[in-house]
Amino acid sequence: MALHFEILGRFNRARAAQLTLPHFVCQTPLFMPVGTQGTIKGLTNNELERIGCQIILGNTYHLALRPTSELLEEAGGLHNFMNWPRAMLTDSGGFQMVSLLHLADITEEGVTFQSPVDGKPMLLTPEESIQIQNRIGADIIMALDDVVRTTITGPRIEEAMYRTLRWIDRCIAAHKRPHDQNLFGIVQGGLDPELRDICVKGLVERNLPGYAIGGLAGGEDKDSFWRVVAQCTAALPEDKPRYVMGVGYPLDIVVCSALGADMYDCVYPTRTARFGTALVPEGVLKLKHRAMAEDTRPIDPTCPCMVCKNYTRAYIHCLVTKDAMGSQLLSYHNLYYMMRLSRNLHSSIVEGRFPEFVCDFLRTMFPKGDVPEWVCNAMEVAGIDISSCCAPFPPCQENDSSNELERFDKVKIEI
Amino acid sequence: MKFAVKKALSSGGARVGVLEVGSCPAPIETPALLLATRKGLPHFISPDLLPSLPSPDSNLLQVSPLHFLEGLSTTTISKIGGLHQMLGLQQHGIAAVPRDSIQCLPESKAATKLGASFETPCGRLLIKPKDYVEMISCMQPNIWASLADEVPAWVSEKRNKTSVDRTLRWLDDCISLYPAAGSIFGAIVGGTNLEERKRCAEEVAKRNVSGYWIGGFGLGEGIDERPALLRAVIDILPDEKPRLTCGLGLPEEILQGIAAGIDLFDSTYIYSLTVGGFALTFSLDNSREQHSLQSDQIGSDLTKINLRATAYRKDMSPILENCTCYTCKNHTKAYINHLLNVHEMLAQILLEIHNTHHFLRFFHVIRTAIRDGSFEEFRQAFLESRREHFKGEAIST
Repeated sequence: MALHFEILGRFNRARAAQLTLPHFVCQTPLFMPVGTQGTIKGLTNNELERIGCQIILGNTYHLALRPTSELLEEAGGLHNFMNWPRAMLTDSGGFQMVSLLHLADITEEGVTFQSPVDGKPMLLTPEESIQIQNRIGADIIMALDDVVRTTITGPRIEEAMYRTLRWIDRCIAAHKRPHDQNLFGIVQGGLDPELRDICVKGLVERNLPGYAIGGLAGGEDKDSFWRVVAQCTAALPEDKPRYVMGVGYPLDIVVCSALGADMYDCVYPTRTARFGTALVPEGVLKLKHRAMAEDTRPIDPTCPCMVCKNYTRAYIHCLVTKDAMGSQLLSYHNLYYMMRLSRNLHSSIVEGRFPEFVCDFLRTMFPKGDVPEWVCNAMEVAGIDISSCCAPFPPCQENDSSNELERFDKVKIEI
Repeated sequence: MKFAVKKALSSGGARVGVLEVGSCPAPIETPALLLATRKGLPHFISPDLLPSLPSPDSNLLQVSPLHFLEGLSTTTISKIGGLHQMLGLQQHGIAAVPRDSIQCLPESKAATKLGASFETPCGRLLIKPKDYVEMISCMQPNIWASLADEVPAWVSEKRNKTSVDRTLRWLDDCISLYPAAGSIFGAIVGGTNLEERKRCAEEVAKRNVSGYWIGGFGLGEGIDERPALLRAVIDILPDEKPRLTCGLGLPEEILQGIAAGIDLFDSTYIYSLTVGGFALTFSLDNSREQHSLQSDQIGSDLTKINLRATAYRKDMSPILENCTCYTCKNHTKAYINHLLNVHEMLAQILLEIHNTHHFLRFFHVIRTAIRDGSFEEFRQAFLESRREHFKGEAIST
C-alpha cells in the first residue's frame, strides 16, 4: 500500500479526508480532470496547479498507443514526461477499448480487439494492463475489469462481475510496484444489488488500497444510479478511498459525496467547454447563444477565477467554437469550478456545515424548488434535510410534514 | 504615447528609441515587435501566461479591429470599456491595424473610392473611414493606423496612384472624424513605385500624426526592391516620430527594416512557425556557433527545428538549453513531439511561448548591437549564418 487515508470530518455518511499519495497530499472529496493523452486540453501544468488540480487522469489505452508505455518508462514515467508534480491516476485501458473499438470482444483471457494502428488482432490481458500501468508510473492504477453498461440486462452482468473478481487476482499478481503504486479494484454487478454485494465482498477480501464503483455513468436512470452508489459506499470499508468512475455532473458529485464517496473523474467539464458551455452554480451557461453577444457580465459573478475576473460573456461568446482561445478559457473556468466545488465539499464537511452547503447548492441550482426526486431520495438516505430547497408539491418527498400534506388531498403523493 | 530616439547610427537608418505607451508599466525600447493576436489575445498563449514572457518587450500587441466584426458589436465593446478592459490587458499597449497578414488581407480589386476591402473569415468586407473610426473610438487602442488602400506589387501605375490618393483622403477623413483619438499613425503606401512612395510620404508628413504606418509590403514585391522603397519613404519622414511597418516578418526582413530606420514591426513569423510545429533555435549571441546540424531531411535547419520529426521522439532535452522561457524550463522536445503527434493544442501553446520569447530576445540583441555600434556586423553575420546550411549542401552535391 502506497497511500494514507485519514478522515478529517464527517456528516453522516459524507466524509472529508486527507489522501496522501506518493506524489501529492490531496483533500477529498475531489474531482480529477481527465488528461487523456498526457495533457489536459489546452492547459499548462502551472495553470492546473493554480486552479487546484490534485490528481489528473491518464488514459492507458491512448498512452500505450502514443507515445507507448515503453517510451514513458524510459522517460522515467508519465510524471517526468509531462513534468506534472502532483498525483496521477491511470485507468486500465479496458473501458476505452470496449467503447472506442469496433469489434472489441471480452473473453476470459482479456479484451481482444483490432489494433487501430494496423488492424492486427490484439489482446489486453489483466497482466498486460498492469504492466503498462507499472511503466506509466501513476500513483493510482486501476484493475482491468469486465465492464458492462448498466443498460444491459441478463446473465452477462453476472458473468462480468465474477470475471472482474477473477481478474483482480491476476492484476494483483502482475503488479510489480505495490510500494509506490496503489491498485484499486472496481466494483461491478450492474444494477443488481446482490451481484454488487458479492463483488464488494470479494474485493474487500483482497484488502486493496482503494475501491472504485464502476459500470455507472453510462445511461442508467438516476434513481438506479444513486442506489448503487449508496449500497456500495455502505458496504466498502470506511478507512479506504472510494472512487465513483465517470462522475460527472456537479449535482451527481454532491449527491455521491453525501452518500460517502470521495473521488470522481469525468471528461464533461473540459468537453463541454469545447462546445461553448460554461459550468455555473445555476447549472450551465451556453456561451454560443446569441443573447450572450451583448451580455457584459462575467460568466459567473461569484467565481474568482482568471476568466471570470477578466472577461465578459460577450467576449467569450465571440471566441467560442471559432477560436482555440475560447475553449482554453472555458476549460480553465470549468475546471476551476470543479476544483472549487471539491474544495467546498471538503471544507464544508470539515467545518461542520455540510447540510447548509448542500441546501445552498440545491437552492441555487433549483430556484423554483423543483429538486429532482432522485436527489430527494438520495439525500434522505444520506440523512440530509433538504426540505428548505424543495417546493411543497411533488416531485419532492418530505420526511415529516405529513400534517401539511393531509391538506393537499387533491394531489397524489408518491412514496 | 511618447517616442524619443535615443541613439541613431551615424550612417543613418538603424536607431534605438524609447516608446512610452499609456498603459505599459515601463517604457518600451525600439526597434520592437508587436505580438500578433486574434480577437485581441494571442493565438494560443492564454492571457495568464503572458506575464512569463519578457517584459515590457512583450507588452505591445497588434490587434485588427476587423476580427471583432464576427460576433461582437462596437456598442458592446464600448459598453465593456474598450479593448484594454475587454481583453483584461490593462498593462499592454495596443496598436490597431486592420490588416493582420494572416486572416485579414487587403483585397485591392474590391476596394472602391468609398473604402478599403479585406478578405476575412466573415467574407469580403468593405471598410469605410467612418465605420473604421467608429470601431476605433469604441475600442480605444493606444495607437491606430489610418485606413489604407494597399495594393500588390503587380498592379498598374494608375491603380497604384489611385491607392495613394485614396489613402491620403482617408487619412484626412480619419483625422477629422476622430481628432481626439489615441495616437494616429498615418498610412503610407505607393507599392513599388519610388515616386508614388515619395509623394505619399511627403503628404502624410504634412499631417498632424503621431507616427507612420508604412504599408504595402509583403504583397508581392521582391525583397531586394524594398531597401530603396523604404529609404525613399524614410528620408522624407521626420526623425522624431516612430515608424511601424506591416508585412516584414522574417528575421532577414526585420533586419532590412531596421537598417532602413523602422522602429516597430508586426510579424506573422511566430504564428507560421507555431502552426507548422517549428521552434526557433538560431543563436542569439554574436558568435557564429550554431547547434549541431540536423539533417534537413527532417525539415530542421540551423535556425529552427521541426518538432514533428521522429528524431525528437525520445529527446528529453529542452528546445534550447539556455532559453529561459516557460516551455524550455518545463518541457522537453519529446513531450512536444508527442503533443503534436496526438494533435493536442498544448503543443501550439508551448511553441508560441518559446517562439515569441526567442524572437523578442532577437530584438533585444539587435538593440544592443545598435547601441554598441555593431549593428551592421551583426546583420552580416546573421545573414551569413542562415545561408551556411545551403553552402554545405552545395559543396556536398
